[in-house]
Amino acid sequence: MHTRRIIPCLDVMNGKVVKGINFVGLKEVGDPVQLAREYYLQQADELVFLDITATHEQRDTMVKVVEQVAKEIFIPFTVGGGIRTVEDIRKMLLAGADKVSLNSAAIKNPEVISQGAKLFGSQCIVLAIDAKKRENGGWNVYVRGGREDTGIDLLEWVKKGVSLGAGEILLTSMDADGTKKGFDIEMLKAVHNICHVPVIASGGCGSLYHFEEVFKEDCAEAALAASLFHYKELSVMDVKKHLEKEGIPVRL
Amino acid sequence: MIGIIDYGMGNLRSVENALHKLKVDCVITSQKEVLDQCQKWILPGVGAFPDCISNLKKMDLFDYIKDSVNNGKPLLGICLGMQALFEYSTEMEYCQGFGFIKGNIQLMEDLNVRIPHIGWNQLEKNQDHDIYSILGHEPYVYFVHSYYAQDYEDKDLIGYSVYGDLKICGLVQHKNVLGCQFHPEKSAEDGLKILKYFVEDFV
Repeated sequence: MHTRRIIPCLDVMNGKVVKGINFVGLKEVGDPVQLAREYYLQQADELVFLDITATHEQRDTMVKVVEQVAKEIFIPFTVGGGIRTVEDIRKMLLAGADKVSLNSAAIKNPEVISQGAKLFGSQCIVLAIDAKKRENGGWNVYVRGGREDTGIDLLEWVKKGVSLGAGEILLTSMDADGTKKGFDIEMLKAVHNICHVPVIASGGCGSLYHFEEVFKEDCAEAALAASLFHYKELSVMDVKKHLEKEGIPVRL
Repeated sequence: MIGIIDYGMGNLRSVENALHKLKVDCVITSQKEVLDQCQKWILPGVGAFPDCISNLKKMDLFDYIKDSVNNGKPLLGICLGMQALFEYSTEMEYCQGFGFIKGNIQLMEDLNVRIPHIGWNQLEKNQDHDIYSILGHEPYVYFVHSYYAQDYEDKDLIGYSVYGDLKICGLVQHKNVLGCQFHPEKSAEDGLKILKYFVEDFV
């Protein structure tokens, strides 16, 4: 039986995992390898590391983090944040990442999706999209951590990204993010219906029920959460046990 | 010493990391003199089938591997490396593989499920095998692929996974050749145990 995936996301700055709301009041909370290992032991299916450092020098620190994680964690993991070129992708994959996620860079230069997919395979190219509802219906794609509206329609961008070779879509709803009121089912459904690659739901999860809901609505293959797991409100194991009880296939 | 065959494709480091975790001596190499010194080989791989075969041929490894394995060298193929063990693939174009195991590689076609098949799926038992005795259960393993083996012999199939209407050939063995469509190096503790079985107990 194919299972639904639960993916904790870790924000990394200068080689440390940090927590904070909307990039304000960031606090160091620990060593990425150690936290990754905790999630691994809780039966996380994959991990996502988001590099939120700003400069190139600091990015080399991220490569070292990836190398260390790869030595200790034997589940797939994705690295995102600041990946702009095929060389950046190569560097992360060689360091041990299984996939990279492309966000703003793919909007600026969509060719990086096709070049990456051609060189390393679609399976390692995750297209990360931040989207927000338009007043007249539909959704627009935002970049720069959600600060800038590109004016690009979400569904058009998903179609283009998949046709260029993205192997998965990591979809964050800016309307739902931080609300803890549940995943953005309407937006996820719209995307899920028009693409054939797996969709990872992100933004808005605040309870066990929200994980159940997103899978019962069949609009995502995987669900990602950050603060919920960081603040230990729920463990990955809690989520999986709940899903199993609800008849949703998970790896336990 | 385990030789991880480097033919310019795939994340060889993941396999090396997993073997190091198991405290197994291993070397990533494309040199025959080094491979000669290894007791067993692992053929990893990510990418397209024709590139895999043409790279192996370009590096003058194809016939060397074929002869050695036919003479009894134990080999584990992972993902694309597993697909290369079969007779041929139709990915992009018709392309011959090693032919160690009967069967061929075809595109997965099922409109009711997403392709590629990405994620954790249970490896269901097709026949008794030491791996199931070691694990004590049918493990969940991590898959990432769009093509799968077909027309294989049932006696070679150790374990399979169900995806939509498709029966995915997950674990195969024919004599001294073992193949995993899934990634044991990314399948958590059960995956490590499968690698350990290959290193310590296989053949």
